[in-house]
Amino acid sequence: MRKQLMKGNEAVLRGAILAGCRAFYSYPITPASEIGETAALLLPQVGGTFLQSESETAAVNMLYGAASTGIRCMTASSGPGISLMQEGISYLAGAELPCVIADITRGGPGLGNIAAEQSDYFQVVKGGGHGCYRTLVLAPDSVQEMCDLTMLAFDLADKYRNPVFVLADGFIGQMMEPVEFPERAILPAPPAWAVRGTAETRKNFITSIFLEPDALEHHVLKLHSKYEQAEREETRYEAVQTDDADVVLVGYGISARILKSVVQLGRAQGLRLGLLRPITLYPFPTEAIRSLAATASAFLTVELSTGQMIEDVRLAVEGRRPVEFYGRSGGNVPSAEDVLAVVRNIIKRCSVSEPEVAHV
Amino acid sequence: MSDFEVLHQKARSFYATFERKAELQHQTHYCPGCGHGITHKLIAQAIDELGIQDRTVLISPVGCSVFAYYYFDVGNIQVAHGRAPAAATAVKRSLPNSIVLSYQGDGDLAAIGTAEILHAANRGEPITVFFINNAIYGMTGGQVAPTTPLGSKTITSPFGRSVWNEGYPLHVSEVLASLEAPVYIERVALGNNKMIVRAGRAIKKAIENQINGLGFSFIEILSPCPTIWKMQPQDAQAWVRDELTKIYPLSIFRDKTLEAQRRPERAEAPALEKIPEILGCQSPRSVDNSICQSAAKDFRIKIAGFGGQGVLILGEILAEAGLDAGLQVSWLPSYGPEMRSGTSNCQVRIATQPIDSPLVNRPNVLMALNEPSLHKFLSAVEPGGWVLYNGENLPAGVARHDVNFIVRPFTALGDQLGDARAGNMIMLGALLKATSLIEEKWIDGAMRRLVKSERWLDLDRKALALGQEEAILK
Repeated sequence: MRKQLMKGNEAVLRGAILAGCRAFYSYPITPASEIGETAALLLPQVGGTFLQSESETAAVNMLYGAASTGIRCMTASSGPGISLMQEGISYLAGAELPCVIADITRGGPGLGNIAAEQSDYFQVVKGGGHGCYRTLVLAPDSVQEMCDLTMLAFDLADKYRNPVFVLADGFIGQMMEPVEFPERAILPAPPAWAVRGTAETRKNFITSIFLEPDALEHHVLKLHSKYEQAEREETRYEAVQTDDADVVLVGYGISARILKSVVQLGRAQGLRLGLLRPITLYPFPTEAIRSLAATASAFLTVELSTGQMIEDVRLAVEGRRPVEFYGRSGGNVPSAEDVLAVVRNIIKRCSVSEPEVAHV
Repeated sequence: MSDFEVLHQKARSFYATFERKAELQHQTHYCPGCGHGITHKLIAQAIDELGIQDRTVLISPVGCSVFAYYYFDVGNIQVAHGRAPAAATAVKRSLPNSIVLSYQGDGDLAAIGTAEILHAANRGEPITVFFINNAIYGMTGGQVAPTTPLGSKTITSPFGRSVWNEGYPLHVSEVLASLEAPVYIERVALGNNKMIVRAGRAIKKAIENQINGLGFSFIEILSPCPTIWKMQPQDAQAWVRDELTKIYPLSIFRDKTLEAQRRPERAEAPALEKIPEILGCQSPRSVDNSICQSAAKDFRIKIAGFGGQGVLILGEILAEAGLDAGLQVSWLPSYGPEMRSGTSNCQVRIATQPIDSPLVNRPNVLMALNEPSLHKFLSAVEPGGWVLYNGENLPAGVARHDVNFIVRPFTALGDQLGDARAGNMIMLGALLKATSLIEEKWIDGAMRRLVKSERWLDLDRKALALGQEEAILK
């Protein structure tokens, strides 16, 4: 065992470099700043580029330029900065450019505050930019996963030629836990489509404009088929004691960590609780949740928001079982005891009547 | 005898046929008399003459020249409106040997993209920027631009551009010339053949600067837009020559071509095998799990105080020591403005079992370095838990009979030892003495890694020892 204690934000950047990231463009924002600070320190030492841009708008377009050259590149920000990047993310997806974006979510809307929330789900998972595109979204719940999923994000970005998000909340970014890094670094060769300023790549070009309706529809359908492939091949989740669970808790990031306490606490008190933790928020583990609707009596979604991911849980359950919500926002966090009280309430209600049949 | 050669062919850097449209593939999509066509030709000729076709990457903007990649047989990247200098920055930094040409119109560069062009210029990015100024929005159908002359009627300045509504025409070259970094800034015009030849020379020089490793070069090109101006091509050209040049005087605003220094080469990348070491990813520690104490433990520790009292480092030392001892650990700070002024707290878990949540809502150890922290967190402490408080006595009205208190003036004791800031480690010494939290040797190992100076390490060791003596139950 060779582990070291490190902040989630510091692990993200180290994972990125180990995965071959050699360009990082960002604008400071709490609670994501340590990622850029670590990049400023380390990237020049590995022959890479770090530049603090004039804005998030510039940062995401620098990412567009770097990605066009086929090198692995990344940015990191939080709520308001991600909002500013949305146009560029749409362009990146439209031009099929791979890159990794870390969102260490803070409180919103507007300036909100710098405490942790999970209120960027809609803008990251559903896409805040224009057009028919998706971003793949990975949701770490530990410092180890901040490293591991960032590395995976680069592979997925290249595989699908699409931006991939690492979506974590301020807690996961700021906390320290033991982390074990891979012993070897990799540096994949630039892909054949990249524009490299060479004779071999002279015919290559990067664009997201398709003026003719048929040409654009063809392009949009091509993107869509990539997303369908991702839905088939990339869905990841963690199931904790869900097999016999009466109530399935659903949460990601720091909420999932709290829900792991709730499962333990509840099981110790004789309640059959389980946890379904989506690791990929897009593609969402729809099938896994849908199949649990056959055995569980109810679902409880817990988020640091007023309820965003719950929409995907409800779409998965399709009305077969009640899907309840509990959340805090503004930087407040539910305790395991708070959640357990909500669970008891649900059990009381669900045990008096059979689960309702969905109205079709 | 002539000193020029007549060529009946396009520049080699142009494609033989233009696939922008199904028909008329020998023509561009630009209107007759448009300055883009002329500028494209001047750029393509320069690329040919300089022999850089393979190395060239053209960044095309949003606007009439969005389709530049249909014409230039070079590497092409089409980018978002206004952001060409940002994308060009990253292309050049990724590919230092490429020749990056960034091409923008006046809506793109002088309106929506002002931040990007200003900062790219100010950083002295070694790229070449061509700025087509035709004083109007062309592609969107003739709206007022930041460069539109005063009094000009456009579809969004139907009463004429007004100082009071749209302000004065923006002189981009002059603005950029106020910066130190740019190497070469010139405004040229496509007002007649002589001017066009002059423009061609400026364009070529701006590219040569990049080939020579010099910094930022910028060419503003006053350019006709006969369609939107509602003029015949020859009248539009004359208007550029006679009117536009009055508002935008032709000039070399900056030429440091001879004295500018080449940019330093980037340091060579280290071997891939070296990277984990550079990242500090090789842990100094190799932990033997067998040393882990057999007794189950689950310490949920809340440490709180004023910023500057060493709250976060105290937690970090505990977590590091726990990891060394083969235990499961987590450390979670309060962050942001709280860290920079006012109160600070962190939550540490040290346990024999894997840690579910790093959040500590029900601590079994509270280390309160000031009174507000005691008031805030005391009620949450689990019965039977430990409360360490920094004071002579508990504040009036504070009472709990189901927890263990250690109340000492830790800060004052630190002051006596040599520095009030050592109070945190005295408190830690007291905690170690009173509980089975962790063996002192692990704390010492963590301190050696985390405490930066020998003086402080010495002081902290004394503080830890003093704390063990001071661990008096109250």
